[in-house]
Amino acid sequence: MSLSRRDVLKLAMIAAAHPLLPVRAIASQAFAAPGAANAKFLLVFLRGGYDAANIVIPVSSDFYYEVRPTIALPKPDAANPNAAISLAQPNEAVTWGLHPALKDSMLPLWQKRQLAFVPFAGTEDLTRSHFETQDSVEGGLPVAAPGTAPRAYGSGFLNRLAASLDARAVPVSFTDGLPVVMSGDVIVPNVSLKGTGRAPFDDRQMGLLAGMYAGTRFEPLITEGFELRKTVAEQADAMAKGDAGGAMSAEMIAANRNAITARGFELEARRMAGLMKDKFNIGFIDVGGWDTHVNQGNAQGQLATLVASLGQGLAGFADQMGPAWNNTVVVVLSEFGRTFRENGTRGTDHGHGSVHWVLGGGVHGGRMAGDQVAVTAKSLNQNRDFPVLTEYRAMLSGIFKRMYQLDNARLAHVFPNTSPLELDLL
Amino acid sequence: MRSKQVFLTLVIALGAVVLPAASTPAPLTRGDLRWLGRVTFGIDSATIARYRDLGRTTYLDEQLRAPATDAAPIAAAVATLPSLTRSAEAQVKANRAEQQRINALPNEDDKQKARMAMNQAGNQTVYETSKRHLLRAVQSSAQLREQMTWFWMNHFSVFQGKANVRWTTAEYEEAVRANAFGRFSDLVMATALSPAMLEYLDNAQSATNRINENYARELMELHTLGVSGGASGSTYTQQDVQELARVLTGAGLNLSDATPPMPANRQALYVRRGLFEFNPQRHDFGNKTVLGRTITGRGLDEIGDAVVFLCRQPATARFISRKLATYFIADEPPAALVDRMVRTFQKSDGSITDVLKTMFLDGDFQKALDTNGDRAAKDAGKFKDPMQFVVSSLRLAYDGKPFTNFRPVVGWLQQLGEPLYGRVTPDGYPLTEAAWTSSGQLVKRFEIARQIGSGNAGLFNSDDNTPGPLIGFPMLSSRLFFDAIEPGLSAPTRAALAKASSQQEWNTILLSSPDWMQR
Repeated sequence: MSLSRRDVLKLAMIAAAHPLLPVRAIASQAFAAPGAANAKFLLVFLRGGYDAANIVIPVSSDFYYEVRPTIALPKPDAANPNAAISLAQPNEAVTWGLHPALKDSMLPLWQKRQLAFVPFAGTEDLTRSHFETQDSVEGGLPVAAPGTAPRAYGSGFLNRLAASLDARAVPVSFTDGLPVVMSGDVIVPNVSLKGTGRAPFDDRQMGLLAGMYAGTRFEPLITEGFELRKTVAEQADAMAKGDAGGAMSAEMIAANRNAITARGFELEARRMAGLMKDKFNIGFIDVGGWDTHVNQGNAQGQLATLVASLGQGLAGFADQMGPAWNNTVVVVLSEFGRTFRENGTRGTDHGHGSVHWVLGGGVHGGRMAGDQVAVTAKSLNQNRDFPVLTEYRAMLSGIFKRMYQLDNARLAHVFPNTSPLELDLL
Repeated sequence: MRSKQVFLTLVIALGAVVLPAASTPAPLTRGDLRWLGRVTFGIDSATIARYRDLGRTTYLDEQLRAPATDAAPIAAAVATLPSLTRSAEAQVKANRAEQQRINALPNEDDKQKARMAMNQAGNQTVYETSKRHLLRAVQSSAQLREQMTWFWMNHFSVFQGKANVRWTTAEYEEAVRANAFGRFSDLVMATALSPAMLEYLDNAQSATNRINENYARELMELHTLGVSGGASGSTYTQQDVQELARVLTGAGLNLSDATPPMPANRQALYVRRGLFEFNPQRHDFGNKTVLGRTITGRGLDEIGDAVVFLCRQPATARFISRKLATYFIADEPPAALVDRMVRTFQKSDGSITDVLKTMFLDGDFQKALDTNGDRAAKDAGKFKDPMQFVVSSLRLAYDGKPFTNFRPVVGWLQQLGEPLYGRVTPDGYPLTEAAWTSSGQLVKRFEIARQIGSGNAGLFNSDDNTPGPLIGFPMLSSRLFFDAIEPGLSAPTRAALAKASSQQEWNTILLSSPDWMQR
């Protein structure tokens, strides 16, 4: 009887807790954990709940084809450009396929083993409300018992991560406002990359404005704010202007919370990379448009367009990071997955389990990470959507542990009441 | 000859003193101006004139007695907002009927179109509710009532994006505003029985045997006592939350016209007021013990009983007093002053008017204002939140001149992260500086300062953005500025203003200055 991968991981965790065992001998040697000094982390939040099942597709599931009669992606077939692309791995409960819109952007990263997917991942929050779930995911606290309100508002897990890294952290949020995930004790600068990127004021004006703040407690913030805007503007000048995005339904706009649409995402992502390469080491961006209740399409259509742009953006980000990509980890997640069955309007409704993406030059990729279960009617959560087998907090805690060599006390500050899950991602 | 010369000299001398005094009375002291900057969202000429006429105590009394009824020009502007002429009940029911109609539509495209139309109607209702709030904040002379309306709407925060809340927020705000200066327990009751709060914090879902504790917990933690173990001295337990949740069972909403069936002995206890319903069939009639007090199971009256009891707890007096002082005075308000507010709160059985009077006329408040001069010091001034920044800027820029289109204002508040009715979590927006001094926020404020300072920003357009009269940029270097703002400016701000290359740039610099960012 051979050990399952999960058993090996359990052993590895036991070993990790035991100082005399050679932990590194069990864990992957292929990748040396990025040194905390130059490690960079970017969180990409897909607001609206992206339909994971149609992007990383359980192509071995007959049930998938049965319950998604109009929106399913065809099984892998080299002759069919509309078919899913095989991500088949030996000995897996599910054979997965990749959405063809990611063929030129994410498939190469997968083949370079710099991209891993974590299926059946997500939160324990079951409200299926965009806002409540987004906020509880960003807060990163244990989900409150049913019927009780969430606790401790106003602090997000990336802010707590920055606090745990002390002076090493240089966080930034590429958003108009400061999202929950970045709010808290550490002051995090924010700038939206949505606009033209033009500097709001010329040098003389900036000098006048900043001059008024000399010697005040706001002086460093003003300097930082102007510098950031200037850097952004310089990059914007250097890059071609992208597509601003198309029409969206009102619910989508609301669920997006003004997030950048993926169409313009490559431009933003390259600008982000420029900033993160040189200056920042913890970043956040959100991308909206994923709330596909109606006519979401299959190989073509709204979801395909969105994910193509997302993929191009992430590939552009990786490219623009240059050598720093080797020390960078990008995690893509969404507040929830969607109903596994398509609805009556050729779309999907709010669901539960999702597929998280983990990318980076040093990521142990080209594989599916975490527990899996065969995709059948019986394995669905509440007979409705993907179950959550990998809780996102445990997953991120495991990633942060490896990236930054944080001790348990610091990890518990970032994600209280959870243990880091070693998925061998780094 | 000599006497005539003396006379002339006297006339000239008198003229120099008396004539300007008649047309331009002596400017207010900096202490007075700073005090006015706290009682109001921001000074304008009318505020200064009124204060000069009445003096501080009488001015404050007038503010505290200002009726909730709008003055005629504001009432006229509000009357043009269609959704506000319809009751929450009518809107929610119409919305529900429309939802059912849409669900029955056979054609997908028709469904989609109808859903979008419904969403637009909802957005329009939120805009009109926001517009009324902002009209009052910018243009009403009852400035303290408008500030207290914002303060209490934030304290008893609801999120318009949840369920039907967007349709019930306008009525909710009227109930809060009407009680803004009254007894605190009446204010809590007005929110407790409001459709907006019942839906937002899920009490409408709670019933005997299917308890939802959400509202019970927030009623204690956020609305009255303050968090258990916190600075207010609050010490409720999880058991108290559960017991209070039992008290609250049965209070909910009925969106239909039907009355639920129930035995005859329960019918007398049934209450229906608009969307509000107390349904005895959902109520837990057992006795409850909240903070050691037994509440006899008997129906809706239990809620009033429990609320008054919570409001009379010393922790509530402290929690509310400190929060008021944090909003109006400083992030860390003087402890002795808060103690005096607490005593007034308790002595007056929670009279908000009395507590505000104690605070605004307290010597320590004036002392805190007088130390404002040193702009470099930490907590030297009270940093404006986005609402105060935007509203004070508009009051200065347009100084009593009404404008019509509030969409730009709504947009600025959104960009600065403090939209009305837009806080998702029930804790309301933070009242302290740290929340509003991100670098992105400050640069965004400069951009908004420029939008206000260098044109009319579309404020005189109609609501559907039809261009209005040709109105240029405002003149901020006005009499009001020289009387009320210029004397208090710091040297670096004066230096920057002196280098402005145009009036528009001068406006932008003034509204961007650290002096202006603080009250």
